[in-house]
Amino acid sequence: MIDLTWLWNFPAMDREVLVAIRKTLDNGYRTFSRNYGELIETLFEPLLFFLVWFEKLLLNTPWIVILAILVALTYFGSRSVKLSIGVLLSFLLIGYFGMWDNTMRTLSIITVATLLSVIVGIPIGILMARSDRLQSVITPILDVMQTMPAFVYLIPVVMLLGIGKVPGIIAVVIYAIPPVIRLTNLGIRLVDKDVLEASTAFGASRQQRLMDVQLPLALPTIMAGINQTIMMALSMVVIASMIGVSGLGQPVLKSITNQYFTMGLFNGLAIVAIAIMFDRVSQAYAKRNLKHLESLQNG
Amino acid sequence: MADALIRVENLYKIFGDNPERAMKLVRDGFSKDEILTRSNQTVGLRDINLEIYNGEVFVIMGLSGSGKSTLIRHFNRLIDPTTGSIFVDNTDLMQLDQNDLALFRQQKISMVFQRFALMPHRNVIDNIAYGLKVQNLPRDERYERSQNWIDIVGLSGYENHYPSQLSGGQQQRVGLARALCTDAEVLLMDEAFSALDPLIRANLQGQLMDLQKRLKKTIVFITHDLDEALLVGDRIAILKDGMILQVGEAKDILLEPADEHVEAFVRNVNRARVLTVKDIMKDKLVRIDPSNTGGALQQLQKNESDIGYVVEKDSYKGVVTRASIERGQAGSVAAESQLNELVIKGPTLRNSTILQDALATTMESEFPVPVICEQGKIEGIVHRKDLLEVLSGNPAS
Ligand SMILES: Nc1ncnc2c1ncn2[C@@H]1O[C@H](COP(=O)(O)OP(=O)(O)O)[C@@H](O)[C@H]1O
Ligand SMILES: [Mg+2]
Repeated sequence: MIDLTWLWNFPAMDREVLVAIRKTLDNGYRTFSRNYGELIETLFEPLLFFLVWFEKLLLNTPWIVILAILVALTYFGSRSVKLSIGVLLSFLLIGYFGMWDNTMRTLSIITVATLLSVIVGIPIGILMARSDRLQSVITPILDVMQTMPAFVYLIPVVMLLGIGKVPGIIAVVIYAIPPVIRLTNLGIRLVDKDVLEASTAFGASRQQRLMDVQLPLALPTIMAGINQTIMMALSMVVIASMIGVSGLGQPVLKSITNQYFTMGLFNGLAIVAIAIMFDRVSQAYAKRNLKHLESLQNG
Repeated sequence: MADALIRVENLYKIFGDNPERAMKLVRDGFSKDEILTRSNQTVGLRDINLEIYNGEVFVIMGLSGSGKSTLIRHFNRLIDPTTGSIFVDNTDLMQLDQNDLALFRQQKISMVFQRFALMPHRNVIDNIAYGLKVQNLPRDERYERSQNWIDIVGLSGYENHYPSQLSGGQQQRVGLARALCTDAEVLLMDEAFSALDPLIRANLQGQLMDLQKRLKKTIVFITHDLDEALLVGDRIAILKDGMILQVGEAKDILLEPADEHVEAFVRNVNRARVLTVKDIMKDKLVRIDPSNTGGALQQLQKNESDIGYVVEKDSYKGVVTRASIERGQAGSVAAESQLNELVIKGPTLRNSTILQDALATTMESEFPVPVICEQGKIEGIVHRKDLLEVLSGNPAS
């Protein structure tokens, strides 16, 4: 008889080999983090400092001032009374249900993560738009970043930097940055070639073309990217709380382990409220300020 | 020629990844289509040699895809040639580095685009001032100069409008003002009016020609519309498949087309509206001194002509025919009497009149109609036969 069992059992590599591979990689990375972990940590010190400072600022300011600022920002961003009242009511409820402090912590981490994503992401997107080679290198990396289960990011970050705010925010940024990069690249590539050519014809330098034409015309697309980034950062908040990011994520995590349905729901709803606020305000803002760009497409 | 402002020599442009291969096929004399099928390279331009003079409106015309946009973009190096050289005001453009090229574009040459290419996020005054912004001029100066052009092109009151709030014609006025605002010597216009409705187009053509009378820029004007070419152009180059078929003034192209392609182009032109009396007038005529009839008769006989044009001290007086002189001699008018009594004050023409307007006069007149200049001098005559031949599309050569 011929042995056909390999048809049913995949001929996998030897367990020992696999273990050896894993060991080598893990040990390699461990050595790396042992040697460079501290250095990298010092590099991120300013970030930690800023993060802590911003969180303290939000927590130590009287809630009524924060509320006033939030409602004012909403109103001046969107010019919508309805939306402003919505934000006011949501945050009153959040406070009333005892979630104010956690909400402030989450707001602070989302704000910093978004700022970081924008500061890093837009330049990468610009470089990508300038070079097809770079685009073909970065696009698959972004694909991996976006499809990789979010938990997996936590592992190398924790190995390198341990548990805490900085590894947390780095995990959030890694998870949330792809849309800004992608849409900055796309937005610049889609800029009307005629307008860009006109700018060149008048003797504009590369820098001038970028500032005068490419970025302003790509702005609606870039804004859409930032919006997506904020949403992804928010959805990462719960996961990031596993490695020490405080905020609305932690109670959710606690509710999962202890089966506190109502607590999980309330904190979840608070996250949703923040998400809707960011989303609507940024969209209304973009719509109001970029209307000239959109109506010209057929002019 | 001394005042060729733009000079193009042996210019070739191949689009594709293997221009050498295509250039070899070009040298072997293959056509654009053959080269495309054999090497997958597009011949954009082929052996272009051109001189564009200071202060003229030079029209490049051809069908869509003939290479017009490609050619005009070589004049400010928005496109680099495969081989060949381009000189503007004796500067070899291929020798300029990035910086000098930017300066050249800022100061020497500007451009108006077919689809306007305005900045949607800037208002009219900022759009027009864009060329000055690139040069980092102070805001006050930018706005002052921009405002001046806004007034000239008739957009006063629209300073703070955005392009999306303007009609096509208004948008292209902004485009034109933006190009003029840098005071560049050379103005490139790539089908600048093609996207506009006929009425608005005519309006802008008129405005451009009025401006040009004052400004005397060197304008390279691209169009696929022969009527427009004939209207605005001092000289016209006809382009086909990236090659120049003919360069010349309107009448050269209409009356002596270089080959069957040009002829096909001009076949449907309404010549009566384009050509003027000057284009068909002949200078061969018999001038007669009005002293006496005998002398006049002799002059006519000597020139074997039946008709003479009486000119007194450079001033045209009228027509005499041999028949009337002979009749006069046979009758009561004495041989020595004044010729004046026999002179017929017939119709006259001006050399700038279009043929359509000269038609009735010429057809109704018994004699070839004299062409008189403002000072009253006779410049030539228009024969009915020449007019008919030209208008029937049967060029007399
Ligand atoms: N960037 C390009 N890449 C490839 N082919 C081009 C490019 N630009 C123009 N061409 C080709 O060159 C020829 C001339 O084009 P163009 O100058 O735009 O013609 P026109 O302005 O007279 O309509 C056409 O066959 C066109 O397809
Ligand atoms: Mg074109």
